[in-house]
Amino acid sequence: MNLYLLAPEISLCALALVVILLDLFIGRKWILGAVSIAGLIVPAAFTIALWGTNETSFNGMLVVDQFSLFFNLFFLVSTALVLLSSTEYASKFAAFRGEYYALVLLAAMGMMLMASTRELISIYIALELTGISLYALTGFLKDPKSSEAGLKYLLLGAVASAVLLYGMALVFGLTGTTHLEGIKAAISAEGLLASPALLMGIVLLVAGFGFKIATVPFQMWVPDVYEGAPTPITAYLSVASKAAGFAVILRVFYEALGPVSLDWSIIFAVLAAITMTLGNVVAIWQTNIKRMLGYSSIAQAGYLMIGLATVSALEPGAIGSSGPSALVFFLACYALTNLGAFIAIIAISNKIDSDEISDYSGMARRAPLLSLALALCLISLIGIPPTAGFMAKIYIFSAAVDYGLIWLVIVAVINTVISAYYYLRVIRVMFLGAPLSEERVPSSGALRAALSFACLGVLVLGIYPWVLLRIAEAAVRMFP
Amino acid sequence: MAIALEHFLILSAILFSIGLYGVLAKRNAVAILMSIELMLNAVNIALVAFWRYVAPTLLTGQVFVIFIMVVAAAEVAVGLAIIIAIYRSRETVDAEQIDLMKW
Repeated sequence: MNLYLLAPEISLCALALVVILLDLFIGRKWILGAVSIAGLIVPAAFTIALWGTNETSFNGMLVVDQFSLFFNLFFLVSTALVLLSSTEYASKFAAFRGEYYALVLLAAMGMMLMASTRELISIYIALELTGISLYALTGFLKDPKSSEAGLKYLLLGAVASAVLLYGMALVFGLTGTTHLEGIKAAISAEGLLASPALLMGIVLLVAGFGFKIATVPFQMWVPDVYEGAPTPITAYLSVASKAAGFAVILRVFYEALGPVSLDWSIIFAVLAAITMTLGNVVAIWQTNIKRMLGYSSIAQAGYLMIGLATVSALEPGAIGSSGPSALVFFLACYALTNLGAFIAIIAISNKIDSDEISDYSGMARRAPLLSLALALCLISLIGIPPTAGFMAKIYIFSAAVDYGLIWLVIVAVINTVISAYYYLRVIRVMFLGAPLSEERVPSSGALRAALSFACLGVLVLGIYPWVLLRIAEAAVRMFP
Repeated sequence: MAIALEHFLILSAILFSIGLYGVLAKRNAVAILMSIELMLNAVNIALVAFWRYVAPTLLTGQVFVIFIMVVAAAEVAVGLAIIIAIYRSRETVDAEQIDLMKW
């Protein structure tokens, strides 16, 4: 039992507790935000110190490898950006700032554990640690929309985890173990490939994890929850929570269900096509920008699932081996882009007190830099060079072409064209519409710092993606 | 007739289905939460049965069940808190009237 391997998670948990304790004694509440953001340096430092290790501990439940360390950093950076964008927004619930920051940190801890465990019980606990923190955060605002979003998220999330558990119970019953490696060994040793019960278990697992990444047909919670939740939490849900779902899917389906990969590769390919089409088509009709980005994130999940469909463990290292690294790279690009878009929306909507796209009319004259940043992020979401979204799509599409999923790439490209319509509409409204008032829209320093980081990242990854690509390839290398 | 693994699994499948039906058909948010509990307990029955008949030497199945109970309790606590918040603002827990946001 090597506690040092768990140092990033332990320090993050300690940070959350420190924030709750400080909340009791400190009068100037802005310090809490500063402590949470600055404190993230400690788990990040531990993660970097652990970089390169490849060990398991706690009876094989905890695994520290390039994959989990990459996702640790990923979650810490997104959490830092979300917290930065929350500092001003937190004035809406001035009395409960401590709880808000602590819950965000605990959710981050759950996500980190999700990426670094290879055992079904711990996967479930980590999933619920993330989930329950996010349910509470979604219903954090006093207005009825927020509580409604919280209730919908909680009820559907609980049903999804019950379905997931039923799948886990079936897999446990058939293989007699909850360790992913043991499951893989049992599947090949006992010839369970054709077992209908195992197929049922896999379908239930896909359903349970599918809720987390919001794939069709488990996407119906997304628009309502995204619209009602506090905007920083919407950003958090759309980026970190989704990435955690993908991390855990990669881990489970690679390490445990590798032998049956042909079956689930087809499931994911079909789901990917339906998910992206539904997300893009319904997004066209949306008038609320948070709701529109909700549908857009469903569509992006569809693109991401192309990476899951191109996974083949039948021939290790053969064709399709670029799928997982393209998926991880896409996740990083998508995270920066979407966080950037949401931070710009937080800055604008907080001042004009509306999420309606029509109220963004003429925003380019009231807040030129914010509008420019939002436009850049939307362009990256479409996938136009020289932005991160372009590179991400190139890599994930070429992985699918290599694997022979040409039809899926054609569907994805058509979808990209559809998506250009509703993203560009926002840009048109901002730059060509008549301003509703001449009042300027100022933004706080923290928001500007977070937004510049995200936009810079989008541009750098769009022009020079190689460094991150190498890291992404190293992160998925340990998969067979 | 001896009671075998299949009987427990059939019981668990029936309970799970009743729970799922309750989630889809009930209108009261508290009743939906109760139906979810039913689904989770169906999973618990399946896990304990699998533990007893498939891997009795390992404690994994039992430990899993205890963790599910604990997490379910935490989930219900948060759920009831949110339901109370909704009840305070609009004096109803009817899922069909909690419809500020729709497709």
